[in-house]
Formats: sequence, structure tokens, C-alpha cells
Amino acid sequence: MESDILQNLYVFLLATFLGLEVIRRVSPLLHTPLMSLTNAISAITVVGSIVIAGEQKTTLSTVLGTVAVTASMINIVGGYLITYRMLRMFKKREPKKP
Amino acid sequence: MSDQVIHIIYMGSATCFILALRWLSSVPTARRGVIVGIAGMLLAVGGTLLKPELLHGGFASYRWIAVAFVIGSVIGVPMAMMPMTAVPQRTALSHAFGALAAALVGTAEFYLQAPHVSHFTMGALGLEVLLGFLTFTASLMAFGKLQEILPTRPITYRGQNFVNLSLLGAAILSAVWLVVDPAQAWLFPVLSALALVFGVLFIIPIGGADMPTVISLLNSYAGLSAAAMGFVLNNKLLIIAGALDGSSGFILSIIMCKAMNRSFANVLFGAFGQVQVSAAVQEQKTARTAGPEDAAALLEDANSVMIVPGYGMAVAQAQHAVHDLFDALTKKGVDVKFAIHPVAGRMPGHMNVLLAEANIPYDKLLELDDANSELPQTDVALVIGANDVTNPAARTNKSSPIYGMPILDVDKARTVMVIKRSLNPGFAGIDNELYYLDKTLMLFGDAKAFTTQLVKQLNESGGGR
Repeated sequence: MESDILQNLYVFLLATFLGLEVIRRVSPLLHTPLMSLTNAISAITVVGSIVIAGEQKTTLSTVLGTVAVTASMINIVGGYLITYRMLRMFKKREPKKP
Repeated sequence: MSDQVIHIIYMGSATCFILALRWLSSVPTARRGVIVGIAGMLLAVGGTLLKPELLHGGFASYRWIAVAFVIGSVIGVPMAMMPMTAVPQRTALSHAFGALAAALVGTAEFYLQAPHVSHFTMGALGLEVLLGFLTFTASLMAFGKLQEILPTRPITYRGQNFVNLSLLGAAILSAVWLVVDPAQAWLFPVLSALALVFGVLFIIPIGGADMPTVISLLNSYAGLSAAAMGFVLNNKLLIIAGALDGSSGFILSIIMCKAMNRSFANVLFGAFGQVQVSAAVQEQKTARTAGPEDAAALLEDANSVMIVPGYGMAVAQAQHAVHDLFDALTKKGVDVKFAIHPVAGRMPGHMNVLLAEANIPYDKLLELDDANSELPQTDVALVIGANDVTNPAARTNKSSPIYGMPILDVDKARTVMVIKRSLNPGFAGIDNELYYLDKTLMLFGDAKAFTTQLVKQLNESGGGR
């Protein structure tokens, strides 16, 4: 257990620095899609929610888990879809009108 | 399926998320970023559904999950179809959902393990639930303000910072107490309630102009609470994805703060809108005004025009009219560009998305520094619904509350035109001396209506070069 905690802290530290480096490069043009994409990615909470909703250990945990899966799913579906919609709008040249 | 296989699937998922953010750095690769992000999420969900704990339970394990998937998708799709002008409030709402999920899982986990929660797990749980619940209500409040269900002006009262800080202090204290003695289960609802109330009070004093910073900060909190969940569940995928989001929100909030030359503390506790407007009666200054005919003529004669959009353009839904103006002027051989201030609008990148929606090519959108190096050679700067980000007082007037904030130097253009409903000071309640310069023409009217009139004038004058 002790070594798990330390390993996890290392992972957190490295992922944070990696995140800072990667995100610093994102063009300000794309800050809104960036936020909606990270929003979709933070719905990774679905992983924890699925286990709790699936195990159904107590009524309370089943209810909380199911609501949590629903909330995460809203963000997954909505987040990726709207990010894709936004990015489709970014065009370099005016499209020729038919 | 064995734990090892699931670990490998999770590793693939984490790799996808990192690549997704990496490819989002520029427009040509950004769509690929979304696709690989979706792949990462499919791997994560698929791997989790194959966990032995769930497979053993057979079909029964999956019934609630399936119900939740369906409901979530049914709500998620319309939320993705909202118009681009509603993106800030949609984002606030989805921060609320993300944070709620983290907080609820934390709550479930606590009651499953209580009273035998280890100190470390309790620490991570405390953080997860604290951040989760406070982000949930704070995001709902931000949504209310952006949707204008709640008053957008900052609401302040005496001792507000004291009340807020003591609430937060009490919440942290109860979390610490739980870590020291996890058997005190009664403290858990107390912690949750304090976090929920703090979230509400935290947003009350924050005004619309500060929303870009606050939304970024809430984005960061939602990510961090997911990372904390990773520590509770000993799941590295959650830790990585949460940390990526946490750092993303953090960077965006820093960029927003820098763009306003303010510190975090000042945004959170400063209540910008309450800046004392100098009591001294200001001398009667006069501004020059012009109608659509004169303005259109000036625009037509210009070689270069820089359009400076702000929140007013979003409110008036004027982006399509602005696109028509862009078209009309481009047809006449005028070089039209857009100057985008980082905090224009209500969330980071708000103006870019609106203009992209209106079919304006993104290579015409300039960032602050590029715009400022072109403005001195620009014939006409046309300000549509922006105010404080163009106020020269930020450069010159040390006593101004926005002194030091990087602004767009529209006053350096040869002629300045400002479309505005009236001379009322903007959100921050600060008078803008730009409006009284000799080279400035005020075009009074609604942003959309006036822009449409400009386009009409330009098209009627016909010809072109």
C-alpha cells in the first residue's frame, strides 16, 4: 500500500508537468475547444462510477454510482461532440458558396 | 478479464489522452486530437466494463450502467448542439456535472469503506469530495450568472471575505479531522454541506468580466478532484487524466489573470465591479458621433480595417452580421483583420469560436501582440462591443483600476470607430477616454443592427475596385 501511494504521487507529478508542457503550446485560438476537450477527458470519473454502479454493494452506493455514471456520460457525449463541432468551424479560407 | 490486461488497456487510454491534448495545439491537427481523445475514452470505458468484479455479477451488474449510459447520452447530445453564443454557460454546466460525478463517487466510496478508512485514503477522499462539491455548486452559480438567471453584477457585503474564508477553513478543518480520525463518520455530511455552501458564496461576488478566469479555475478543480479519485481507487489512469485537466485549467487561469494584470487573489476576493468610481463630477466631455452612411464611407476608403470584437458582439449575436461586413469590405479590396484580446468575452477563446462559427477564416484573427504591432499602420479600428480591453487609461493613468492591464492599442490607429449602445461606462464602471479622442467616432446603436446597416450602405454603394 505504501509503495502504491508513492508510485501514484510520482505519476501525478509527472502527468502534471507533462500537462503543463503540452497545454502551454495550445494556440489561444483554440482555448475554448481545449476547455471542452479537457472537460470531456475529466469525465474519466466514469471509470470509478461504473465500478460502483456495477457492484451494487448497497442501495446508497448503487444510486450514487448510477447518478455519477449519468453525469460523466453527459460530459463524454456532449464534450467530444461539441469540441468536434467547434473544430469543424475553424477554416482557413472562405468556402466557395455553391 | 485479468487485471494486467485492463492495466494495459488503461495505459493505451492514457496515451490517447496525452496525444489528444498534444494534437489540439494547432488547428490542422486538432480534429485528429478529438478522435484520439474519443478512442482513449472508449478504451477506458471498455476496459472498465470488463473488470472481473463486474463480469462475475453477469447481466445484473450492467443494468444500472446501461440505464445511466442511455440517460447520459440523451442529455449529452442536445448539450452539444447549443449555439456557440451559449458555449460559456454550457461549459460551466458541464464542469458542474464532472465535479458532481467525482463528489458522488467519493461519497459512495466513503460509506462503503467506513468506518475502516485508512488515513491516506481519507485524505484523498476529503480532497475529492471537497473540490467536487464546491466545484459543483460554484459551476451551477457560474452557469446561472452566464445564462443571466442570476444577476451578473458582483454581489458584495461587509465581511464577505471573512465569511467565505471561515467557511472554507471549517470545511478543510473537518476534512483534516476526518483524516486524523476516520471513524468520525458524522463529519462527512458536514464536510459535504460546507463545501456545497462555500461553492455558492464563492461565486456571488464574482462579476461577468472575471468569468474567464473563474471558469478556467473550476475546470482545474474538476480535474484535480478526478485525480484525487485516482488516489482513492489506486487507479493511475484517473490520476493522469485528472492531472492533465488540472494543469490545463491552471494554465488557462494564469493566462487570463495575466491578460488582466491581476493576481488570483485579486480575482477571487477583489470584486472588480465594486471599484469606487471617482466621486468627483467629471467635466462634460463631448464625443463625436457618426451615422451608418459616414461610417461606411470611411470604411470603404480605408486600406486596412481592424475589427475589435468583445462580449457586446456575443450578446447582440452580431457575429454573422460582422461576417457580412467582412465580406463586403474584402470584396472592395479592404484588408480586414480581427484583434482578439485574451479576456474578450466570457471564457478563454470565446471570440475565436464565435467568429469561426460565422465562417471567418482563422488566419484573420490576430492575438494581442500581433494586433498591437499592426494597429499603428491601420486606417480604421472598429470596436464592436468591447470596452475595457481598449481603454488607454490602462497604459497612462496610474490611478485607474485597470492600470497595467495589457490592452489593444486601438487609439494608435488613424481613425477609431466604436459601436456602442450609449456612453455608459462598461462593466467595470470605468470611463473610457478613448471615446472622447478627436480621432474617435461613436456609432450609437445595437451592435447587430448597426453592423447590418453598415453592410447595407457598403453594398448599395456598389462598384468595388
